[in-house]
Amino acid sequence: MIAESAVRAGCRFYAGYPITPQNELAEYMASAMAALDDGTFIQGESEIASINMVIGASIAGARAMTSSSSPGLSLKQEGLSFLAAQELPAVVVNSMRGGPGMGNIAPSQGDYFQSTRGGGHGDYRCIVLAPASGQEMADLTRRSFEYADHYRSPVIMLIDGMMGQMMEPVLLPEPLAAADLPKKNWILDGAAGRPCRTVKSLILDTAKEEEHNWKLFRKYENISKELQMAETYRTDDARLVVVAYGTAARVAKGAIKRVREIGLKVGLLRPVTLWPFPRRALEDASRFVKEFLVYEMNTGQMVEDVQLSLKHRSEVHFYGRPGGVVPTPDEIAKVITSLYYRRRLEEEA
Amino acid sequence: MAKPVFQRPRYLLNAPFHYCPGCGHSIIHRLIAEIIEELEIGDITIGVPPAGCAVLAYDYLDIDMAEAAHGRGPALCTGIKRVLPDRIVFSYQGDGDIAAIGTAETIHAANRGENITVVFVNNSCYGMTGGQMAPTTLIGQETTTTPGGRIAERDGSPIDLSEMVAIAKGSVYIERTSVHSVKHIVRTKKALTKAFRNQMEGLGFSLVEILSPCPTNWKLSPLDSCERIEKEIMKVFPLKVIKDETGTSRRQQGGSRHL
Repeated sequence: MIAESAVRAGCRFYAGYPITPQNELAEYMASAMAALDDGTFIQGESEIASINMVIGASIAGARAMTSSSSPGLSLKQEGLSFLAAQELPAVVVNSMRGGPGMGNIAPSQGDYFQSTRGGGHGDYRCIVLAPASGQEMADLTRRSFEYADHYRSPVIMLIDGMMGQMMEPVLLPEPLAAADLPKKNWILDGAAGRPCRTVKSLILDTAKEEEHNWKLFRKYENISKELQMAETYRTDDARLVVVAYGTAARVAKGAIKRVREIGLKVGLLRPVTLWPFPRRALEDASRFVKEFLVYEMNTGQMVEDVQLSLKHRSEVHFYGRPGGVVPTPDEIAKVITSLYYRRRLEEEA
Repeated sequence: MAKPVFQRPRYLLNAPFHYCPGCGHSIIHRLIAEIIEELEIGDITIGVPPAGCAVLAYDYLDIDMAEAAHGRGPALCTGIKRVLPDRIVFSYQGDGDIAAIGTAETIHAANRGENITVVFVNNSCYGMTGGQMAPTTLIGQETTTTPGGRIAERDGSPIDLSEMVAIAKGSVYIERTSVHSVKHIVRTKKALTKAFRNQMEGLGFSLVEILSPCPTNWKLSPLDSCERIEKEIMKVFPLKVIKDETGTSRRQQGGSRHL
């Protein structure tokens, strides 16, 4: 879904290195790029080489993409830092697996901090999108290329092996023609009829480097204003709201359906953009909801952003399962139910 | 009016080099600028400077240039060249860049037969960071990280990166030259010209290794540095055509698809 949507978004360059769970994406791109006159697929000698090839393709003006899984993303951080510093567009898919270290290949959300805090060296951010369905993977892939070009920034699609192997009917976006793609007046294609250009991030003058950092910061502020996305589900009358993204949000939704059947007023707030974090949606919800349960497939990372967004206006609980464990909706329903009744009992007492 | 016989090349900007007195980079920059002018490829060439002293090559060469992370030049060039196959793409790398942190990128770009040109400047140390041991540092050579000299049993031996690249089937032309004398500068220009021409003709991966003096870190005068290349370094890194398969390159029969 991501691969075909990427092709339809005009992606014509893919470089990657084998790692589970995300190989299906690279394999699809190998065939898809071979079928195109202007498509390039390269199996790189390393994660580092692959993302640097993507940097080269981006410099040359192509819509370019790479994908990997957690340990591979650690290696790609050098490239992400350079993409951010040199303001180059690229789409990077991370199919998260259990970690740290080698970990396992089961679905996990352990890379939230790495993705949303920059990850590599220096003061930067990446746009991070977290789809929770096949359709959303297709739609957000198209958008990720648009955001990357518009903001001249790397965009991370954060999924896991569960999302990657999901089978769902999907309506794919219409393919874009080369003429539909945005014109770029900064690429390097040989200085024919124009002054030559330089793509660089070495700025030895500290005053200029500081200004470059502030320029990036202003861009990130702008992105924060424009790009926050979240989905809400049955929050209108909710007394408790679960905050979860990606696979965890799907499990949480199943749990909420179960507890709604026994009359518990529980809703879901699902961040679609992890960076920028949908603070406004949290602030809005906190006007009516005094209790939130953050559920993540890790030991507690996004919960910090929820706490920062709510600024102690509401109570924030956390439930996490790290290491590649995906709880069932029943397990989450039990957590929700016990929290919900404890609160009601406290209120009555 | 007399016809000028020596002037600044069209693609060399009118800027004073920041390189130390006696450094080889400025000579090599000039050669590249001359070749770009002579081959008339100034408006289709994209250069990729490395991390190291030569990162500022874009301050001197009047062409499109993109800075690569340390060692990643050949990967960056791969991306650019695959997207724009009719442009001329070259990377410019030092010995630490190409033979240590970027070994994998170099060998594999060569092995894929990427139709790019690599300029490899070998000064047997890490120049910009203050003269630490490089993979090309000679046995016995004193550097800031080999006080008392490089010892093979402890530090490894000088690595023959160019010979390694020559083993890769996709490379077509590898030559080692030097810029320590006029004779060798002329030879270097010939080798570089051929390496760029190969790319124009779509022949595949070309690399020219250039022995280059680093008087500051060698703690020698510029003249003594040139003598060191002649008497010491050339014994370990002999000047020669290491590989030339341009006459038999498979791609040649298909014509020049890249220009």
